[in-house]
Amino acid sequence: MKIIILGAGQVGATLAENLADEANDVTIVDTQANLLAELQDRLDIRAVQGFAAHPEVLQAAGAEDADMIIAVTESDEINMVACQIAYTLFHTPTKIARIRASEYLQEKRLFQQDALPVDMHISPEQLVCDYISRLVQYPGALQVVDFAGGRVRAVGVKAYYGGPLVGQELRTIREHIPGVDTRVAAIYRRGKPIIPEGDTVIEADDEVFFVAAKKHIKKVISELRKLDRPVKRVVLAGGGNIGLRLARALEDHCQVKLIERNRERARALSEQLTKAIVLVGDAANEALLLEENIESVDVFCAVTDDDEANILSSMLAKRLGARKAMSLINRLAYVDLVEGGAIDIAISPQQSTVSALLSHVRRGDVVQVHSLRRGAAEAIEAVAHGDPSNSRVVGRRIDEIRLPNGTTIGAIARGEEVIIAHHDTVIESGDHVIMFIVEKKNTAALERLFQVGVSFV
Amino acid sequence: MNHPFAVAQRVVGVLLMLFSATMLLPVLVALYYGDGEADAFLSGFGITLAAGFIAWWPARRIRKEIKLRDAFLVVVLFWAVLGLFGSLPLFLADRPDMTVTDAVFEGLSGLTTTGATVLTGLDTLPHAVLFWRQLLQWLGGMGIIVLAVAILPMLGIGGMQLYRAETPGPIKDSKLTPRIQETAKTLWYLYAGMTVVCALVYWFAGMTPFDAVGLAFSSIATGGFSTHDLSLGHHDDPVIELAAVFAMLVGSLNFALHFTAWRTADLRTYWRDAEARTFLTMVVGATALVGAYLLYAGTYGDPSEAFIKALFQVVSIGTTTGFTTTDYTLWPAFLPMLLLLGSFVGGCGGSTTGGIKVVRFVLLLKQGLREITRLIHPNAELPVKLGGRVMPPHVIEAVWGFFAAYIGVYVLMFLLLLLTGLDEVSAFSAVAACLNNLGPGLGEVSSNMASVTDPGKWLLCLAMLMGRLEIFTLLVIFSPAFWRR
Repeated sequence: MKIIILGAGQVGATLAENLADEANDVTIVDTQANLLAELQDRLDIRAVQGFAAHPEVLQAAGAEDADMIIAVTESDEINMVACQIAYTLFHTPTKIARIRASEYLQEKRLFQQDALPVDMHISPEQLVCDYISRLVQYPGALQVVDFAGGRVRAVGVKAYYGGPLVGQELRTIREHIPGVDTRVAAIYRRGKPIIPEGDTVIEADDEVFFVAAKKHIKKVISELRKLDRPVKRVVLAGGGNIGLRLARALEDHCQVKLIERNRERARALSEQLTKAIVLVGDAANEALLLEENIESVDVFCAVTDDDEANILSSMLAKRLGARKAMSLINRLAYVDLVEGGAIDIAISPQQSTVSALLSHVRRGDVVQVHSLRRGAAEAIEAVAHGDPSNSRVVGRRIDEIRLPNGTTIGAIARGEEVIIAHHDTVIESGDHVIMFIVEKKNTAALERLFQVGVSFV
Repeated sequence: MNHPFAVAQRVVGVLLMLFSATMLLPVLVALYYGDGEADAFLSGFGITLAAGFIAWWPARRIRKEIKLRDAFLVVVLFWAVLGLFGSLPLFLADRPDMTVTDAVFEGLSGLTTTGATVLTGLDTLPHAVLFWRQLLQWLGGMGIIVLAVAILPMLGIGGMQLYRAETPGPIKDSKLTPRIQETAKTLWYLYAGMTVVCALVYWFAGMTPFDAVGLAFSSIATGGFSTHDLSLGHHDDPVIELAAVFAMLVGSLNFALHFTAWRTADLRTYWRDAEARTFLTMVVGATALVGAYLLYAGTYGDPSEAFIKALFQVVSIGTTTGFTTTDYTLWPAFLPMLLLLGSFVGGCGGSTTGGIKVVRFVLLLKQGLREITRLIHPNAELPVKLGGRVMPPHVIEAVWGFFAAYIGVYVLMFLLLLLTGLDEVSAFSAVAACLNNLGPGLGEVSSNMASVTDPGKWLLCLAMLMGRLEIFTLLVIFSPAFWRR
């Protein structure tokens, strides 16, 4: 596929990397030559320097025969205009824009072909906010991702001594939790993936990814570790867009404190929030944290735009007794450095954004893609189409489908029903199939599997 | 003719002449019922008209814009002067034979919609006099609406400027004229319409037409004058009581809110307003408390009777109307005092009620809670919000200032009344009854104020004016800075 990425910032670069790895023709556009040069050294992509919305720049980037344009520059307005120009002048089929300002997003009529021809708009702040909200909902989870409109969820949990399932074979799950159907889709042991079989024994410190219907998630987590008490007290550091959205999302069911350094901004925040308390000060100030009873806080989450500040304040909060420390980290290198050790969960905004974008880039009716373990693995939701004569999945039992290596089918959403996959489950046309891939190089093979043969027109 | 307050003089002159015309209504009543009091009202009409003309004529050519200073003066004079002239027919009438003090007290009590009376034997009084008392309350209510919805916010009395920028509907602009004329007209149509509906309901519920009109006047105006000694207890009909409860509630909601609800034809307007919501919640809560206590104490055996009596009395006292269906001062001591203190809160801002107003109380409460939170979180940024809007600090300061002045004036009046020889309970409740524009007090003054001495009555007159004018309007006039050029 020919893809043009506008903006070589953090999201643009991560996206280019992911897409180039999957054998797409990627062209990246940015005004800054040094960013482009650095990317071109690393990746097999084309780079065009220039202003992203200018028609001649788009033309130079190959907009005339591009399949997709992804506008992720700093500015919402440039992104929207670039999509508009690509539509008007070059008839680019798919146009995706990153739009941050909620003022634009509130207007549903805005993003239509006759107004702003943007096929999909993504708001990284909203994605991160949703991501963190889900983590707060399940205190033991490392990662929570939604499938099939939220009816199915995949959850990553670290197994601990004391969890009833730890030290047991996977096949005993059903005896442990009768009435709850779940499937363990992947296990990471000391950073290496294991394909789970019936006789795999869960060890302490394993990262276990399982999939289950939304209502069963808590029950399954409790089998793997002692269930943490629900999150009641949350401290957020940083009152930017993410901090504000998060505070709004959480303030109705938790006691939220939001720390913001700038007094003016703090005032503006306090006016927009109803229950959350806005504190003026430095999130890395020990005295302030102690004064606000950091030792009884369930979740401390640093969401400023400064990686170092986020990491340090989370580490401090953790040391002062916060039960769980999360941090927003843009640089992937830092994530490996601190996650699981100094802080509990690192949240990478690019990862969420890239996940959301990937589903549009993938072929064969892929509707959702989520990166697990910072991109080491993927969870994919694909729709099965066709009939047994032209599809390689429809009408077949799961053990008859020739899945690529390292791939497991976790669950199937059929209408309102959620079916946890077993070897004898038969896939029907229209099913949403949720799969896990621990080896990413097999993604393309999986996509092909879900493409309908030529006879299906 | 060019003294600094010529504009005020002209306005008051015009107001007096207009006001004199209203005295012709009781003349008609007197002629219809043949009670022989037509002369008193005709002379009252003549004197008032003449006085108004004398004030207006020299200043008639003054065409200056009304300034803030004039506005203060006009507002104070409106109630003081009209109150005095309104008492003229009462003084001139043969029955009742009133002294100057009593007549002025009665007149002011009417015009400020207080409802405290020095008269007894209402049932035997001439119809014209009774009608005039009711009419005074209704006219007072009319003045109050404009005062409360348009003028006080503009003057910024006691934090009421918070209505200025915010209230949807008629008072967006802060210029006195011609906006106020437009505003006033619309509000009066609403007010008159509500009164007509209320009168019709009373009439259908079984009142005589005379009572229905008279009580409709004093219900919507949350005044509290009645045409009978027993107040609404005279009719002894739960339907009438519930109708009155509804009328009083209507009168105690912000008229700007009525306006919006009318314009948008949406009843949810009321519930969306934080103040109205708090007020209605308070009414329900207090009714439940009072009703339950009445049952518990065994005052009433029948639950429905207990709760209807409780509802009526809570609404009547809480909205500073002052109707009674039963002698509630004989209820267990907790309840009369609770109700009396409840009248301090009063109804919503921008209504015909007296008291401190719900909106100010809510702000005081929120500010108090904020101080507690601030002690726990010294670094927190804590705005005071009302209905999702942030209140600027100067509004909160103004509300605190108003509260302090209210309590200060209250204590001073209380002490001065004790000085006139009144007992503690009577003095305490008489000041509350007048300052909150409530009407009935406790103890000696529970049904009328006849037993208060003359100096005491003048003091209470002042209290009624102060309460009606939200204290500061009057204090401004008494301040030297006001008179300095």
